[in-house]
Amino acid sequence: MSTTWMIWPGHPGPSLLIWAALAMMALYLARVPAHLAIRAGARVLTHAMRLSARSLMHAQERLSERNRDVLLTLGEQTVENEIGRELQRVRTVVARDLAAYPELHRILSDQITHIDEDYRRATDTPPSPPSWLRSLELMKGLVAQGGGDSVVVDVLKAMDHSLDKNHREAMAEYRSQSAKRHAILTKMMPFWRKVTGTLEHVNRTVRGLEDRSAHIDEQMARYTEMRSRSQKAARMLGASQLTQFFIAGLVLVIAALGGFINFQLIALPMSEMVGGASHLGSFKTSDVAALVIIMVEIAMGLFLMESLRITHMFPVIGVMDDRMRRRMITVTLSILGILACVEASLAYMRDLLATDHEALTQALAGIEASQPEFRWIPSVGQMVMGFILPFALTFVAIPLESFVHASRTVVGVMAEWMLKGLAFACRLTGNVAQQAGSVLVTVYDLTIFVPLRVERWIAASAESRAMSRPKPSAPHP
Amino acid sequence: MHLTPTRRTLTALALAAGLTAFGCTGSTPPTHGVYMLLDTSGTYTEELGKASKIINYLLSELTAGDSLAVARIDSGSFSEKDILARVTFDNRPTTANEQKRGFMRQMDHVAKRVRPSRHTDITGGLIQAADWLRETGAGTKTVLIFSDLEEDLAKGNVRDFPINVKGVHVIALNVTKLRSDNIDPREYQKRLDHWQARVEEGGGTWQVVNDLDRLTQALKI
Repeated sequence: MSTTWMIWPGHPGPSLLIWAALAMMALYLARVPAHLAIRAGARVLTHAMRLSARSLMHAQERLSERNRDVLLTLGEQTVENEIGRELQRVRTVVARDLAAYPELHRILSDQITHIDEDYRRATDTPPSPPSWLRSLELMKGLVAQGGGDSVVVDVLKAMDHSLDKNHREAMAEYRSQSAKRHAILTKMMPFWRKVTGTLEHVNRTVRGLEDRSAHIDEQMARYTEMRSRSQKAARMLGASQLTQFFIAGLVLVIAALGGFINFQLIALPMSEMVGGASHLGSFKTSDVAALVIIMVEIAMGLFLMESLRITHMFPVIGVMDDRMRRRMITVTLSILGILACVEASLAYMRDLLATDHEALTQALAGIEASQPEFRWIPSVGQMVMGFILPFALTFVAIPLESFVHASRTVVGVMAEWMLKGLAFACRLTGNVAQQAGSVLVTVYDLTIFVPLRVERWIAASAESRAMSRPKPSAPHP
Repeated sequence: MHLTPTRRTLTALALAAGLTAFGCTGSTPPTHGVYMLLDTSGTYTEELGKASKIINYLLSELTAGDSLAVARIDSGSFSEKDILARVTFDNRPTTANEQKRGFMRQMDHVAKRVRPSRHTDITGGLIQAADWLRETGAGTKTVLIFSDLEEDLAKGNVRDFPINVKGVHVIALNVTKLRSDNIDPREYQKRLDHWQARVEEGGGTWQVVNDLDRLTQALKI
């Protein structure tokens, strides 16, 4: 241990005491400027931290405002799209079912006219009794009362007989007419059914339109609320975006697992095509090639979904004319089909390689290679998976779009929290610095308490001396 | 030289790609080169059954791009003729598997025809092994010495000079104890220390593995 610091060589204790006394004296002499420096430092730090906290809060408010704007604009856009889609559906229904309403009306009128005519034809008209029948009855009564003339009686009998005959004939005719009318009424039944069916169809259509219009009303109410930039609308949209973020994230994780399985299917056989020993950095070229194929499949899926206008991530594709879009759909689907075939063959190749490797391992271990039963089942399974997975990965575009849109909001909210946290930390540091200044001043005085005590003692004795000294008498005038 | 904007962009891209490729090459996983020396002197030939198991293990572990050679230690081992079989595995897994089968057949054939040698030139074999491994350009170079490490040189052979095994990891396998070692066990330790010193002075690293089950960890393939 070095002894150069010892003022009194060989006596560390007294040397240390002398050093302490010297340090104390130096600190005592520098007390006032040291206090000023400590207080100024604390003040500077406090002000700087408070200023930073204010700036951060201001930035957080601006970010919050911007996030709210983005959220509401996004919500408005979504609701506009939904309303547009609903109106499109209404237009389709109206064009399909109600555009032909005049035709429908004509058909209904025809059918009603037809039914009306039939109904008129089917009206029951009972044979009216002859007007002279009453007179004849009276005459028959008179004859019966007066005994009457035999001629008159004969005439009346003949008339009665012919009347009966006529009555029977009339009744027969009436029955025949009634049967005809019933037949007509029976024929009317299909017309009634047709009319009922037509009216039910119209009823369904109108009811569907009513439902849609109710939905449009709801959307319009939401839209109005968003346009009014209310807090409630922003809160609802924020919650919805957060839900979307997590759901889309979950689906993307599932898709990533699917992609991983796909990668495992084609990575090994890829080494047969690009070589197993070449590397790109620390990655095997075969692995990179397999990854590139999967990425190309996902990219094709994105383009396909975009061309089908299911997603809207590339405006260039969205604004293409229909002919070009159809071409794009054909091209992307063809490439996906080819890649699916390639993957299926690679999956089969993987199975062959695995079998070969297994046989070699068994041979090296001195075991006779065995041929397990139903070996073809996993082979076929791998091929089918290799073919299907590229198409399944196509649908990644949908959750990806939701995730990208929702992440804008989520990242914004996270940035807000971060800014809030930073502002709080700055404010806390400022307050701590302010208090630390006072503490440091006290600690400084604590280290030089001996000279301070001496100073106070000297000051007190000087004061007492001054008090005890007699005051000089006032000069006489 | 004046460059148009397009050319300038292309040059920048090419430079960036080159730098990226160069940066990537640094971390490329290495290929493995393994050279196995088999002692064929005296009674040690009885241990060759174990060696064949090790060779089969190596064949199952080495992959495309790796190299493997098996050579015998006889009276004058610094010779190409002592290499019994050698192979650098093809990039394609199927071809590499075929090469492994061929190597296995070759080793079976050779094992039946090995004759015990009168002398043991381990130094010559080690120099030959280091030369061959350097030629392959393998990233990790390993020499497996399957011997009792008792060098017995033929008259006139000069081997008392420093050997160059820089970057080579030498593993002594199945170092059996001789009858004389049982009389004075220090002889055995002295022999091991002698070889360790020679290898380390030559720039290599040294390891002894007598329990063959621990070979997996020692090889680091």
